[in-house]
Amino acid sequence: MDLHFLDAVPEDAEREAVDAVLGPPDSGWDGGTRQASDLRFAEGGHVARGRRDLLLPALHAVNDRVGWISQAALDYICRRLTIPPAEAYGVATFYAMFSLKQRPRRVVHVCTDIACAAKDSASLCAQLTERVGEPGSEDGEFTWHESPCLGLCERAPAAVSLQAGDPPRYSVAAPANVDDIVPAPGEVPAAEASAAASANGHGASGNGHGPSLDGDRPQRRTTFSPETLPGPAPEPPPHAAVPQAGDPDLVLLRRIGVVDPTSLDDYRANGGYAALREALRLGSAGVIREVSDSGLVGRGGAAFPTGRKWDGTAKRPETPRYVICNADESEPGTFKDRVLMEGDPFSVIEALTIAGYANNAAMGYIYIRGEYPRALWLLENAIELARARNLLGTDILGTGFDFDIEIRRGAGAYICGEETAIFNSIEGLRGEPRSKPPFPVERGVFGKPTAINNVETLVNVLPIVLQGGPAYASIGTGRSTGPKLFCVSGAVERPGVYEVPFGADLRELMEMCGGVGTGSDGRERVPRAVLLGGAAGGFVRGDELDIPLTFEGARDAGATLGSGVILVLDESVDLTAILVRIAAFFRDESCGQCVPCRVGTVRQEEALVRLSQGTGARRTDLALLREVGDAMRDASICGLGQTAWNAVESAIDRLGAFGPQEEPTL
Amino acid sequence: MSTPVAIGAPRRLVEATVDGQVVRVPEGSTILDACEEVGTDVPTLCYGDTLTPRNACRVCVVEVEGARTLVPACSRKVEDSMSVATDSERVRHSRKMVLELLGSSVDLSTTPGIPEWNERYDARPERFGPRAEPAPMGEREARRAGEHTVGDGMAAETVEQPTKIDNDLYVRDYGKCIMCYKCVDACGEQWQNTFAIGIAGRGFDAGVSTEHDLALPDSACVYCGNCIEVCPTGALMFRSEYEMRQEGTWDEENQSQTTTICTYCGVGCNVTLHVQENEIVKVTSPHDNPVTHGNLCIKGRFGYQHVQQRRHD
Repeated sequence: MDLHFLDAVPEDAEREAVDAVLGPPDSGWDGGTRQASDLRFAEGGHVARGRRDLLLPALHAVNDRVGWISQAALDYICRRLTIPPAEAYGVATFYAMFSLKQRPRRVVHVCTDIACAAKDSASLCAQLTERVGEPGSEDGEFTWHESPCLGLCERAPAAVSLQAGDPPRYSVAAPANVDDIVPAPGEVPAAEASAAASANGHGASGNGHGPSLDGDRPQRRTTFSPETLPGPAPEPPPHAAVPQAGDPDLVLLRRIGVVDPTSLDDYRANGGYAALREALRLGSAGVIREVSDSGLVGRGGAAFPTGRKWDGTAKRPETPRYVICNADESEPGTFKDRVLMEGDPFSVIEALTIAGYANNAAMGYIYIRGEYPRALWLLENAIELARARNLLGTDILGTGFDFDIEIRRGAGAYICGEETAIFNSIEGLRGEPRSKPPFPVERGVFGKPTAINNVETLVNVLPIVLQGGPAYASIGTGRSTGPKLFCVSGAVERPGVYEVPFGADLRELMEMCGGVGTGSDGRERVPRAVLLGGAAGGFVRGDELDIPLTFEGARDAGATLGSGVILVLDESVDLTAILVRIAAFFRDESCGQCVPCRVGTVRQEEALVRLSQGTGARRTDLALLREVGDAMRDASICGLGQTAWNAVESAIDRLGAFGPQEEPTL
Repeated sequence: MSTPVAIGAPRRLVEATVDGQVVRVPEGSTILDACEEVGTDVPTLCYGDTLTPRNACRVCVVEVEGARTLVPACSRKVEDSMSVATDSERVRHSRKMVLELLGSSVDLSTTPGIPEWNERYDARPERFGPRAEPAPMGEREARRAGEHTVGDGMAAETVEQPTKIDNDLYVRDYGKCIMCYKCVDACGEQWQNTFAIGIAGRGFDAGVSTEHDLALPDSACVYCGNCIEVCPTGALMFRSEYEMRQEGTWDEENQSQTTTICTYCGVGCNVTLHVQENEIVKVTSPHDNPVTHGNLCIKGRFGYQHVQQRRHD
């Protein structure tokens, strides 16, 4: 390909960061020093393009190292991978966590989503604005942004700080107060090199290499430094989010708080890797049979039968096949996958390995959202240890089964939780969903058959393999089999992740959480509404607590379990403000591909703002919302647009958010 | 003289119904093909006859019996015994909303078909309120993914912004862009392999852009104009056409179109010269040309000045 590059020279730190991911360049053709032989041979174009999937890791590497992606750095990545700069620019600008403008090294993401808004994130933001300026102002030592859900809802309001460097560092403040977030003067180190030189693309250094890159830098095992940033109190251990921790009747959460999440030995001493041995004994068809018999359905929100998905993938003639663990948990109010990955990371690795074996896959990916630094650290550690013990790699446990796992980190895009958007994101394209059919079992990542499952779904496979499918199917009710995790947050006494067998109703679960308790004024709180299933789910009234928490029970009640969100709002919460926040969320997170979602989410937000401020014609705006919502649901490409109106609709119809219903007329 | 004609492997026919009418089309045909076969008009915007469908605009959606959502006719393949409704209430509603959402956010004044479709589907884009002020030059491109300021809802936000005029050959008026992806696909691997433009940003703030929003002369653009050829809205326009429209002298009614063969090289591309008052005002190329499919190079597209170098003395 005859590509057009800028004449920009990357800083040494930028080049080093990219080369740490891609290895040193081979020739002048892929960004190295020009050699005499380059004039006679042009090699490596196909090989470089075949590594397009390393675009996202390379962008992360630069962003992690210097805090932003300069023109020169992007250009260097493009040369290394033979990617047209316009395409790479399109990818980099797709993700909220990347910046293509110079900014301070420390970036603080302050969650303003539903659960945190209900815990007054607004006053935290107001204090920050007063102390350091508007969000996004970049003239100080750090910058801050309002963020969609950070998955720390049980400890709302939450903030995550990320600081670029070698290595990058992070800290989590939850519940956050402003003193934890604002660094002390001089705490954030200045940039390594003068970034101004690369900003205008005319650095002073020549076209050669910077410091030696011949591999004498120790290879880092994990992306983030284990040493967190100073400021907030140390993050509580993962099991702090599991009020039931230690209960011997737990299935999915049984090891959380019992094992050390960094220790493979501890995991094995507590039943770890017994399921993989059993799976290898059963054979891949046997595993799929057990999973099918178990009645397991996907826990990410769509509830598709896992056995059918695996059977479909395993039967495809095309190779290689892939398995993917969808850990891009971004549905507002959802944090169960974070707790699983942080509290029991080896179980995720073991379960994905079993999935790889059952589907006869060559390779597994874990796609984890960029806002989960601790989970990322623990998974990286787990994979490293599993490889060292031959639980990943070639000839696993001496059975001839080869399988390995790579982690891919998202960079701030809710849409990348959509299965086909993950494929595009992994492949180094913009995270836009693909049109289905073809379905992932036929053509998934890299155009090959792919089984993609949510973290919780995969972790369910371990007890299925150990107990057998029929025994697992005897747990729960009807078509909702097995245990289920619920993410309870908002106005409850003990928020956290709860495991219950399918069949409990909403009231029983709320009682497990200690009920709504008393407010700050000492009066008994009244649950006004419960958001089931996240922003893509829907509200039910506080007096509808008899709804059974099963797929069919929720459906019969006109609700959805979605990803297991149970977000309780009491009378103190401004419901219309929450609805505007939900609309703003979907507007921000729409990929922009299809018209109903791209423009519909904007019109939905505008109408909700008018309704909440009482500035428009109420009946007209309600009718308008319904018309836009119906078109989004019916004509959008993917689940984001199709569900972007669910919560708002339920708030209008069920909660009477904007007054009693009337026949809409225009 | 007998010339062998390649007809390809025989394709099985699949039978489906479109609005109750039975239609048999070769396997692999789209619902749009089947609709054409029975003479049912389906509006399309992002569909391009020479490009792989992106099904982004959703104006061609139809209702397939048994499907949970509507499906895009331009890309969904016909399956045996598929039953398609092209004018059901759901279809009409979604098409109307797509037209209204686009009409309220994009300048569709030079998009063919819009007035007729608006009438057919009773689309009234103005009901979303007065249009917001266009963004200043460069402001939309500087927005960050995943962030926006919530307004007061009193004006309908649009994608309008000043026209980018940075070269002598064509202009880019992204206030007219419906994000059909066709220019990007034509510039990239489907035709030109130049990759000068891509989709940048996210959501409502996404747009077609060169890397870092560079001006075209600093980008990889080779001025083949194949993006203009596929643009359905006039967002990409010959500078000559743009200037005549600004002056009010553009008069499509009184233009003749002459298809001839480009004289520059031996490929023999077809060029269609649009002539107004004996001056070439723009050049297109027939999409049904089996060799070039409507694509040209800078010479065929823009190199016509020598034809009209007349002595004026």
